[in-house]
Amino acid sequence: MAECEAKSEVTGSVWKIVTEVGQKVDAGDTIMIIESMKMEIPVIAEEGGTIKAFLVKEETPVTEGQVVAVLES
Amino acid sequence: MARSFNKVIVANRGAVAARVLRALSEMGIRSVAVYSDADRHAPWLEWSSEAHHIGPAPARESYLNQDTLLAVLKQTGADGIHPGYGFLAENAAFAKRVTDTGAVFIGPSPRWIEDMGHKTRARELAKEYGLPVGAGTDVLPAEHAAIVAAARKIGFPLIVKPAGGGGGIGMLIARDEAQLLAAVDKAASLAQRSFANGDVYLERLVEQPRHVELQIVADNFGNCTHLFERDCSVQRRHQKVIEEAPGPNISRASIGAISADIASKLGSAGYNNIGTVEMLMDADGAFSFLEMNTRLQVEHGVTEEVTGIDIVKTQVRLAADEKLADVLPTTPKIEGHAIEARVYAEDPRRFFPSPGKLDVFRPPAAAGVRIETGYREGLEVTPHYDPLLAKVIVKRATRDKAIDDLIEALGAFEVRGVKSNIPALVTILGSDAFRAGAVHTGLIGELIK
Repeated sequence: MAECEAKSEVTGSVWKIVTEVGQKVDAGDTIMIIESMKMEIPVIAEEGGTIKAFLVKEETPVTEGQVVAVLES
Repeated sequence: MARSFNKVIVANRGAVAARVLRALSEMGIRSVAVYSDADRHAPWLEWSSEAHHIGPAPARESYLNQDTLLAVLKQTGADGIHPGYGFLAENAAFAKRVTDTGAVFIGPSPRWIEDMGHKTRARELAKEYGLPVGAGTDVLPAEHAAIVAAARKIGFPLIVKPAGGGGGIGMLIARDEAQLLAAVDKAASLAQRSFANGDVYLERLVEQPRHVELQIVADNFGNCTHLFERDCSVQRRHQKVIEEAPGPNISRASIGAISADIASKLGSAGYNNIGTVEMLMDADGAFSFLEMNTRLQVEHGVTEEVTGIDIVKTQVRLAADEKLADVLPTTPKIEGHAIEARVYAEDPRRFFPSPGKLDVFRPPAAAGVRIETGYREGLEVTPHYDPLLAKVIVKRATRDKAIDDLIEALGAFEVRGVKSNIPALVTILGSDAFRAGAVHTGLIGELIK
């Protein structure tokens, strides 16, 4: 099983986590949504897999490039 | 009998607060600015008659805090509140609370704000008023068979949209039946988790649409007219970047007829104050209703430039029970062409926000270039608010000349300390497609990769 990381592309805070640990996602699906400057920027699954862990909670501040979730594919 | 305002609160920040405060000052109306911790040193505070601190930087603890704003209303003895755009501008409950105190909410009546705030209800109303509405459904039922039947009725491709959402979240395209149920499930789940409302509906997808909107102006007595259209097709992340008036490559006869018709229908329905009817225009030039914004629009400036009408002052006078015929004594006309570019603090290629300190912030000072901003050099652009640094508006006799001069103005705009989208704006304005007026909502995606 390969692991892959999902990163926030922007500095802001976690607005909503829209998936659950154990959930299967397809490439292109939204895992969570980061809010910055009144914009909602989705964290997108680069490839399909199962969500293994979240490294942040809702309202956690995040920085650009920070790993926010780990997926297993 | 028209009234006149004694003192008006501007319940907003940034460029729109600056714009409204300027209008109030020119009208001789005393003004109250409000500010959060983050905006203590904002330049627009100096343009108000008095300024009140309303809380910490996060908007829900300051600019969205209704109780605090109502306390300021009471404390200052103001008799009106201008909500600007964003924050509480389309919050019917807030408008009602303001009205209940006896003060005037400078905008349409709360029932209009409420009706137009819910997307499928707004579509129903638009249909009822005889506005052109594209094929779409009501909120979808849960049964798969019923969803498929509803989709077949309007045809593919279609788009699944959250009924209570915004910002493009949970909007998914289904090109055929095989994609439909998965798209509906995903959109509903996203909408539920994002907006605590999993209601979604379907609309026929218009490919490469243009976004054309109509400026509505109405008094409190059933009189309604329009100030022509704006084209706002150039967008990224469902947010407008470049707007212009009039819209290029639109038949004047066709847009004139539909505009007059919509204004007359909204007048009969009792719409009041100002508003904007947003429409999609397809490749054949047919219009369909998208939504109605019951407030001042960010891009109102381009309409002001080509009509010579100050929309903010108009809005204030109409809210004071003045008659449309007194506020606009002559038939509005378009002269020249105006284009606005929104300068955002964001990466110019991927359009991600870029907060930081404005080490250098020097808008162009050339004659005939209008700048609307709430910032000045040395201020911090915080992650708490939207990334708009400034609007740069140019009006010239022709569209070509307006494009040339706007490109020149943007080239002279110095911003350092945060990333800005200026390079992207120049690329778009300088493109053959934009020059030809071949704009559509996917244009930025084609030009900037």
